[in-house]
Amino acid sequence: MIDLIVIPLLQIVFVLTGVLIVVMYLVLLERKIQAWVQVRFGPMRVGPHGILQPVADVLKLFVKEDITPVKADKWIYTAAPIIVLVPALIAFAVIPFGSSVSLFGKKISLAIADVNVGLLYIVAVASLGVYGIILGGWSSNSKYPLLASLRASAQLVSYEVAVTLTFVSVILSAGTLSMVGIVNAQYNSGVWFLFVQPVAFVIYMIGGLAETNRSPFDLPEAESELVGGFHTEYSGMRFALFFLAEYTNMIIVSSVATTLFFGGWLPPFPNLKALAFLYYVPSWIWFTLKTFLILYLFLWIRATLPRYRYDQLMRVGWKVLIPLALANIVVTGVVKVLLGR
Amino acid sequence: MPAEPTAPQPMFDTDELVINMGPQHPATHGVLRVVLKLDGEKVIDADVVIGYLHRGVEKLSEHRDYNQIVMLTDRLDYCASAAANLVYCEAVEKLLSLEVPRRARYLRTVLAELQRIASHLVWVGSHAMDIGAVTVFLYALRERELVLDLFEEFCGARMTYNAMRVGGLPQDIPPGWDKRVLAFCAVMDEKIAEYETLLTHNRIWLDRTRGVGVISGREAVAIGLSGPPLRASGVRRDVRKDEPYAAYSEFEFDVPLGANGDTYDRYLVRIEEFWQSTRIIRQAIEGLPEGPVLAKVPRMIKPPAGETYHANESPKGEIGFFIVSDGTSTRPYRCRVRPPSFCNLQALPRLVRGHLVADVVAVIGTIDIVLGEVDR
Repeated sequence: MIDLIVIPLLQIVFVLTGVLIVVMYLVLLERKIQAWVQVRFGPMRVGPHGILQPVADVLKLFVKEDITPVKADKWIYTAAPIIVLVPALIAFAVIPFGSSVSLFGKKISLAIADVNVGLLYIVAVASLGVYGIILGGWSSNSKYPLLASLRASAQLVSYEVAVTLTFVSVILSAGTLSMVGIVNAQYNSGVWFLFVQPVAFVIYMIGGLAETNRSPFDLPEAESELVGGFHTEYSGMRFALFFLAEYTNMIIVSSVATTLFFGGWLPPFPNLKALAFLYYVPSWIWFTLKTFLILYLFLWIRATLPRYRYDQLMRVGWKVLIPLALANIVVTGVVKVLLGR
Repeated sequence: MPAEPTAPQPMFDTDELVINMGPQHPATHGVLRVVLKLDGEKVIDADVVIGYLHRGVEKLSEHRDYNQIVMLTDRLDYCASAAANLVYCEAVEKLLSLEVPRRARYLRTVLAELQRIASHLVWVGSHAMDIGAVTVFLYALRERELVLDLFEEFCGARMTYNAMRVGGLPQDIPPGWDKRVLAFCAVMDEKIAEYETLLTHNRIWLDRTRGVGVISGREAVAIGLSGPPLRASGVRRDVRKDEPYAAYSEFEFDVPLGANGDTYDRYLVRIEEFWQSTRIIRQAIEGLPEGPVLAKVPRMIKPPAGETYHANESPKGEIGFFIVSDGTSTRPYRCRVRPPSFCNLQALPRLVRGHLVADVVAVIGTIDIVLGEVDR
């Protein structure tokens, strides 16, 4: 009973709260890092160095008027932000935040569910979010959101292919679809898969940027072209849900990258005896550290690069990334057969 | 009674999407309105609607005396007030056949080139921001701040300078100002290199600007382009060289030319102009002659009857003033501005046709318009 219901429920509550708090502060972190890159201070007013800014932002979004355009399709308009956010949140179910901890004499795994098709689950769930974006843009019954949501759907679908193909090569290396299994496979092989699958990692990161609508692929919300993008008509909490989903997706992409390529909760060079002392650091700290490093990469890229154009983005996706990912799978397979493993 | 069967309607049809970009749009640099006709993302046609910032500067000029009009010229291209001040004052001086002291001409050149740097900084910033590189914008405005500080020191204003008078300058430079201008030039040279690191060889930047908004030299001339957009198409036309004014004939500088006439070439031309501007400023400050900065001008300026047209190379292009004096009044009979932004804006529909929506903002950025000057 306790193992079946209470602990998973507690885990879910814990993870969801944690994710939402991280999202709030990720927004602040993004603003701060961008500001530092751009020789500014960033938020400074609310709290010392603006550390209470997220609280103020959330409060503001709560009390804002919630506008539904007269000509909008009301049900779909309301449902769209939820359709975007929910898949982003439930994807966390299979992410292993650490190996396991002992609490009150119980050994608790830090993954809510160690599903044996964990990676497949993430792919499946992550691809649902795009429906919300399409529906949100369409139901607003406005031109800019419509254009943006069409862009978004084309972009997300095509980059999903490339990202999923990189998963295949990781699965080939690990021999399992389970997220925990993939981390264990990295433990067994002694190196992070970053060094086994560097090409897959690069493709995954580019695809990840595109899938989360981050710069330089932030076309669906290119403010200089399409005003606010697909959420132009949204305000208040509904807008906040879109916003939340974007940052949650960023965390998902970083956590998956950590799990697949950076050895999840493992310290660097997990098999090296000389570095065994690194195991004294709790596993979830390693995980958080790596995830935030990748998140930092996201923010850094946003502060540096201009934006791609729609057709160029599609060209990069279909003519460069997907063939490269396919070639990577073939090479991985051939090497695996030759090594006889 | 059942209705008469009608001819079957096609279930789907295609239609052009007309979207309204501006006047409240983040990328239209103020109050420009562009009505775009789209086929999917492709621009079929663009219609530019202007006039949201019309203040009737030309008509107002007919009711001001000659020195008061300098204030109105500030409000034409508010990113480059000094350039408009200069051309207006020179036009009136031409009408009066007035000789301006050499020191004033040198200082005017320095001010005009500082202004060119400031204006190009706004351009590189907003252009890059439209294409998504927000950081460049903040870097550029950081350096623009330095130029504004110099102007503030010289004339007290940071935006609408009112920095020149018919016959010269209202006052001499404050002590040490020339040193600070040289120091600024040193800073600027470093910073231009910084923008170039961020943009010039950036793959995404190249993809976004190369081959976008191409216009040939012949077409550019026909449409009336001037300034950097014209030179990027390979036409050698720079008023500073062709009809030297202020003290430009005494300095050495190059006129950068482009070859392809695309957005990237316009970018390169303007970046090169940064270097040329600091070069001119250095020469002018080092050779700065002593003497008065204002010629002997009567309190009430009453030019003899006649008309004149005088053009300068403003940061945006060829800015000209056509002034008619009836010989009896202290006010111009007619004062007509040839605004470079307005003429360059004519090229917009031609430049964006066939491109994507994203290119529209890139092209609006590249022709570098200021609506205050377009609408006057």
